[in-house]
Amino acid sequence: MHESTTIKQNKNLKSQLEEKVGVIPSHCYQCGKCTAGCPLNEDMDIKPSQVLRMLQAEQPGYEDKLLSSLSIWLCLACDTCYSRCPQEVKLSLVMDFLRQESVRQNKVNPKAKDILSFHKAFLETIEKNGKLNEVWLTLNYKLKTLNLIQDIQKAPSMFLKGKLNPIPNKVQNVREIEQIFKRISDNEGGEK
Amino acid sequence: MKVGFYPGCSLEGSSKEYSQSLYAVSEKCGITLEEIKDWSCCGASAAHSLNHDLSIALPARNLALAEKQEMTEIVIPCAACYSRLASSQKSLLEDQSVLKKTQGFIDMKFDGNVQLLTVFEFLQKYIFPVSDQFIVNKLNQKTACYYGCLLARPKDLTKLERPENPMEMEKVMEKAGATPIEWAFKTECCGAGFSMSRTDLVAKLSGKILEDAAERGAESIIVACPMCQSNLDLRRPEIKKQLKKDINIPVLFITQALGLSMGIPAKDLGLNNHFVPTDKTVSCIVKKEA
Repeated sequence: MHESTTIKQNKNLKSQLEEKVGVIPSHCYQCGKCTAGCPLNEDMDIKPSQVLRMLQAEQPGYEDKLLSSLSIWLCLACDTCYSRCPQEVKLSLVMDFLRQESVRQNKVNPKAKDILSFHKAFLETIEKNGKLNEVWLTLNYKLKTLNLIQDIQKAPSMFLKGKLNPIPNKVQNVREIEQIFKRISDNEGGEK
Repeated sequence: MKVGFYPGCSLEGSSKEYSQSLYAVSEKCGITLEEIKDWSCCGASAAHSLNHDLSIALPARNLALAEKQEMTEIVIPCAACYSRLASSQKSLLEDQSVLKKTQGFIDMKFDGNVQLLTVFEFLQKYIFPVSDQFIVNKLNQKTACYYGCLLARPKDLTKLERPENPMEMEKVMEKAGATPIEWAFKTECCGAGFSMSRTDLVAKLSGKILEDAAERGAESIIVACPMCQSNLDLRRPEIKKQLKKDINIPVLFITQALGLSMGIPAKDLGLNNHFVPTDKTVSCIVKKEA
């Protein structure tokens, strides 16, 4: 194993965040505006300002607590926090980073599994067609979550209004899109 | 006059009336929209949630295609697509290593010389200079202009003057002869991409928006984002359950409302495609006094 690879693996969550995302948790002075303005703060197990506090304090076990929290999946990336932050800490990027680490380290909160399944179903549909097709996305999501009857009563009227198109719209050369997914996935393999 | 156009997936499916009404209004004003040939999905919330590189590469392919097709500017009416394309463009222009890496992923060159227009910028630049002669009707209604998140934030991408209390949409609705109301929820989040995975949260957040609009006397809600429209319209039964009351205010795209003021028939603006009926808004139209 190369020396640089070893160092990378040993880096803790906070320094990886600073290096990869460029957000510095110590810039936050805990005014709490992010939590106050967050539309889903009452549903979050760790509030937005607490996420930053935990990254600042780095108390034992903080990494697992963050990566297995529900909050990181509930963040809607609405950027209310960022637009009100006096220090311009871009919390939505922190949340994106924590979600990706949470999947990579297999620590996704069980209550977030439907949200994760939706994102995965979405990306699989894009990889196959290059564009989103709402019928395909819905079927793929239902198979992943087994929420088979959810929204079934909406389908007939959506078809009638022409809002559901059973024939997927595709880009002409779908292989181009597959290749983008493949090159990125190969590159991730190389970076690890 | 021709302007480049990135529709995005929703405008071909669940929000096709946004595309239909944008085409109708543009045609009326002599503007031809030219779709980017072979465009693909911007990656939406799924890409930025799960794969950072993909969230830059998927929009970058579309930006590179627009450049290849010699477009100098493109209008992106979907607020969410606009946000993803603008965010990707910013990263590519600011960081050489991201640019190099992404060009490799998409196997295309990116120069960054295509200008991206929000729906407001498009209206301001191409429609309003000529639209006065076409506005023959007054949309005689109180409307709540709803921006949601991605039209207003993040401030470095959206270019609105006041992210907490934007007025751009109000100006458009005044042109259409409507009376925009003052209200508290114009930039609150509707629940966005949780429509299927956490419908309960969409009902909660969209419920608050709808309730405030109703309490302040809005007769229609105007939007410029397919996700906002779909959550407030398609999810109305779930919202009703959450609020334990029935609110029947219709949710129109900004281009549908503008189209009505131009005398374009409701059917040609896709106003029959909504779940909450729009006929009350359509019947509010009166001839503009000369």
